[in-house]
Amino acid sequence: MKKIGIKEVVAMGIGTALFVVLTNVQIPIIIVPNTGMQPRMAVLAFFAAVFGPVVGGVVGFLGHALGDAIFYSSVWWSWVFPEAVVGAVIGIFAGKFAVKEGGFTNARNIILFNISQAVANAAAWIIVAPVLDILFYKEPVNKVFAQGAVAFLLNVVIIGILGTLLLVAYSRISGKSSDLKAEE
Amino acid sequence: MAERNSPIIEFENVSFKYRAQREPTLRDINLTINKGEKILIAGQSGSGKSTLAHCLNALIPCSYAGEMSGILRVDGNDPSKLGVFGMSKIVGTVLQDTDGQFIALTVAEDISFALENDCVPQDEMFATVKNVAERLELSDFLTNAPGELSGGQKQRVSLGGVLACDVKILLFDEPLANLDPATGKRTIALIDEIMKNDDLTVVIIEHRLEDVLYRDVDRVILMDGGRIVADKSPDELLCSDLLIRYGIREPLYIAALKAAGADLRSESHPQHIESMDLEPYKDRVRTWFHGMPAHNRGQASESALSVEGLEFSYNEKRKVIRDVSFDIKKGEMVSLVGKNGAGKSTLASLICGFLKPDKGVIRLSGQDISDLSVKERGEHIGYVMQSPNQMISKPMIMEEVGLGLAVRGVAQDEVERRAGEILKICGLYPFRNWPVSALSFGQKKRVSIASILIMNPDILILDEPTAGQDYMHYTEIMEFITDIRRRLPVTIIMITHDMHLMLEYTDRTLVLTDGQLLMDDTPARVLTDENICNRAYLKRTSLYDLSVRCGIDNAGEFAARFIDFEESRRGEAKDVQTDIL
Amino acid sequence: MSRLISYEVKDTPVHRLSGFTKLVFFILWCLVSGLTFDTRILIAMLILGLGIYVLAGIRWKQVSAVFAVIMFFMVLNLLGIFFFAPYQGCEIYGTRSEIVHLFGGYTLTREQLFYEFNVLIKYFTVIPAVFIFLVTTDPSELASSLNSVGVPYSISYSLEIALRYIPDIQDEFTRIKNAQEARGIEMSSKGRLMDRIRNTASIIFPLLFSTMERIDVVSNAMELRGFGKKPKRTWYSRKKLTSADMAVLTGIVIFFAVSMIITFHDGNRFYNPFIR
Repeated sequence: MKKIGIKEVVAMGIGTALFVVLTNVQIPIIIVPNTGMQPRMAVLAFFAAVFGPVVGGVVGFLGHALGDAIFYSSVWWSWVFPEAVVGAVIGIFAGKFAVKEGGFTNARNIILFNISQAVANAAAWIIVAPVLDILFYKEPVNKVFAQGAVAFLLNVVIIGILGTLLLVAYSRISGKSSDLKAEE
Repeated sequence: MAERNSPIIEFENVSFKYRAQREPTLRDINLTINKGEKILIAGQSGSGKSTLAHCLNALIPCSYAGEMSGILRVDGNDPSKLGVFGMSKIVGTVLQDTDGQFIALTVAEDISFALENDCVPQDEMFATVKNVAERLELSDFLTNAPGELSGGQKQRVSLGGVLACDVKILLFDEPLANLDPATGKRTIALIDEIMKNDDLTVVIIEHRLEDVLYRDVDRVILMDGGRIVADKSPDELLCSDLLIRYGIREPLYIAALKAAGADLRSESHPQHIESMDLEPYKDRVRTWFHGMPAHNRGQASESALSVEGLEFSYNEKRKVIRDVSFDIKKGEMVSLVGKNGAGKSTLASLICGFLKPDKGVIRLSGQDISDLSVKERGEHIGYVMQSPNQMISKPMIMEEVGLGLAVRGVAQDEVERRAGEILKICGLYPFRNWPVSALSFGQKKRVSIASILIMNPDILILDEPTAGQDYMHYTEIMEFITDIRRRLPVTIIMITHDMHLMLEYTDRTLVLTDGQLLMDDTPARVLTDENICNRAYLKRTSLYDLSVRCGIDNAGEFAARFIDFEESRRGEAKDVQTDIL
Repeated sequence: MSRLISYEVKDTPVHRLSGFTKLVFFILWCLVSGLTFDTRILIAMLILGLGIYVLAGIRWKQVSAVFAVIMFFMVLNLLGIFFFAPYQGCEIYGTRSEIVHLFGGYTLTREQLFYEFNVLIKYFTVIPAVFIFLVTTDPSELASSLNSVGVPYSISYSLEIALRYIPDIQDEFTRIKNAQEARGIEMSSKGRLMDRIRNTASIIFPLLFSTMERIDVVSNAMELRGFGKKPKRTWYSRKKLTSADMAVLTGIVIFFAVSMIITFHDGNRFYNPFIR
């Protein structure tokens, strides 16, 4: 893996700050009280897709731990690690997406992004989180997998919609535009 | 002690082209700067002045890719060989964005940031930080976080951060852009003091010429189109017409002297109005003043927005707004001024309904609006943030402008029709199908204003509409706003630090200090009142000094007549332009 | 927005400890809390935690609000466990002492109650550790402490940057949200899900965009000031270790070792009061 550059260090820091700020922003789902979709997951996916796996992993880990700590004075470690997994896995394909160069506008990249985020979320919420919950708290198997499945679904949906929207919009804004003509 | 008059910076036929661009940004630069000199580099955006600065600290060619030719020596070194890190020990750069440069959590840590990176032992850092902080009067703030500091203090911290490294050259990139006028003046004085004590060479990149010239500058380098178009002493430059030709604002007293028909000579030392020899020009100025028509104050009409006994506090300790009352008439253009933290933004937030007042009434065309929600008020009171990037949320222009109507459930074709109308008014219609990213900063600003105007607001509140813009872009934005005011029945309130803006474009100024309304009068009167200026961190306009020194007692009227004169000239220029088109 | 838990300047024995000591304490403490299910150790940790609260001069008022929120989550979680697996406790402890039949297949057992009690106090042992760590550790020390425990300094420093810019970004978020709300874009709970997500995008996008610009400015500034050129860096705010630090460090290491021995000596990390 290549050395972490200054821009990556700053992206980790400021990405974490943004993730923490958005901790309390939720899009409520009517059916289940207290479970909302978390826009901050879309931001995590955004940072991972733009800056790569290390930034994605660190933003997920630090962001979740710090957010838990300063809002709730507690850290749910069994949900902190999966967050890092989401960021790291999505980040693997950052080079292919070329978001900053304006490459994230074609269907191929949007599909690749959504496949990678679905895989990342599956690994995080259906494998890592339940396993850690069982390891740390000996929670019942059926409960943790049910919880994991809900988290998986919510996160796949929010990243799939909001994450894709943000990435496409950013890619369109930062990429170069050519062949523009003023119209009468 | 460094030897004076020996070159420390030498450009020999330096050219530079960014990789992404077709045309070179710097062309054939030849420039020598000697040890101990203080140099001002002026030029409009895109003139190449920032690129020139980046060559000095090696960001070019080390961080920005491109082709460089020619020879550059800085203190005997080739910056491209030493790299950014190596150059940081010779050239200390103070950036425009004080929040971006303040990286650490506290003042002390930020001053020592470069030392930490250089693995300096802790005890040594303690000593250096103590020393630097004392010189910059920061000793009482060492454990403060950036959020607890004023803009001027943050800038002193940035300066401390580079002074801690014992640099030889200080490079300031638009140091005045984010400061209120009085703080800007102090910054210039501080730079002067430090360079004299430490025997440094100073390079200042800035387009706010009048403010920099507050203290002596050895030479002004004027840039345009990537070339150096003038390299003169300030006295010589001010007497020429080069500044106007290359889009730099002349100091107001110089512009007024020229308007009066004075033929300025560098022997009169026009760099400082206080010490300039005015004898040869006095009569002309007086004659001109008496020949100009008296300033005509607009007639009061119906009330558009009135505020009565407004009070607000975030907590019980400190009131942020104290008993503020005023009445803005329909169609007026009003400036809201005062130093950072005086309560300007809070007042705007109260008017828009982002915050709820503890006491007092806000009336819109006589109607109490305290029951209206933020969204409902938004249909009458439009609020435009400082940076268009903070508002633009759609990639396409048409979508962005229509958004306010679309979310209110207006039908799609109606949204498009109204958006088309507003885009025509705002001069953006030809670009309606472009992505926002293809626009210049000034055009983006127009998009953000258009996206508010589409809701037909009665009141438009603009937060720092011209912050950080050079004279040309400033004029572009302000002429646009003036035009909007002519075409639409809208009352405009501008929050600003820019005294030129309040003087040139607004009818009335509300001066806030510590949450209280200190003065509510014409800008010419506000800016010629020394007491008010001091209390509100404004800078008295140099037109005041000029009129007093020429024996004209009514400085406010003098300033007002000069502004009227300038406005009519701008109007003529515009008419000529339209005729050609 | 709710009040954030943050550092408070005070002079107590806990405040005087170096950030490194508190970080090591915090990590080992969380590890013990995660690994053990021994009720005696968990109760000892709760009592110890309360002791440190007092030592650090923390008032109940500061803690009560978060305490209530966590209690609410915990109750939900405990009910959830019972709903999904009413006999998890019986499986763990190997016995079944019924108390009362509730409904359908749900019978309350002493084992289940004991197991859920353990889960509860396990969560609660983490709270004082986090709270005390945040309130008594100067944020300036966090990055250097992370670096001291072996995290590369570039990643450690990203924590400093995060703490530095949280207030700025929070402030910008509020301003953008207000301005967009005035335009009519609200993050309300009304409307269709898709519209709500779209509105959220309209608020987050400008924030994200200006955050990306901020990243460029800050990385330029850091490069100009020599960040990342050397394999190591020193820290202005690192506290030197005192004898009190050494004592606490020794203490927590011993505590960790002893807890692990007690927990795992019989090959089972549960303390089982049901078998004699």
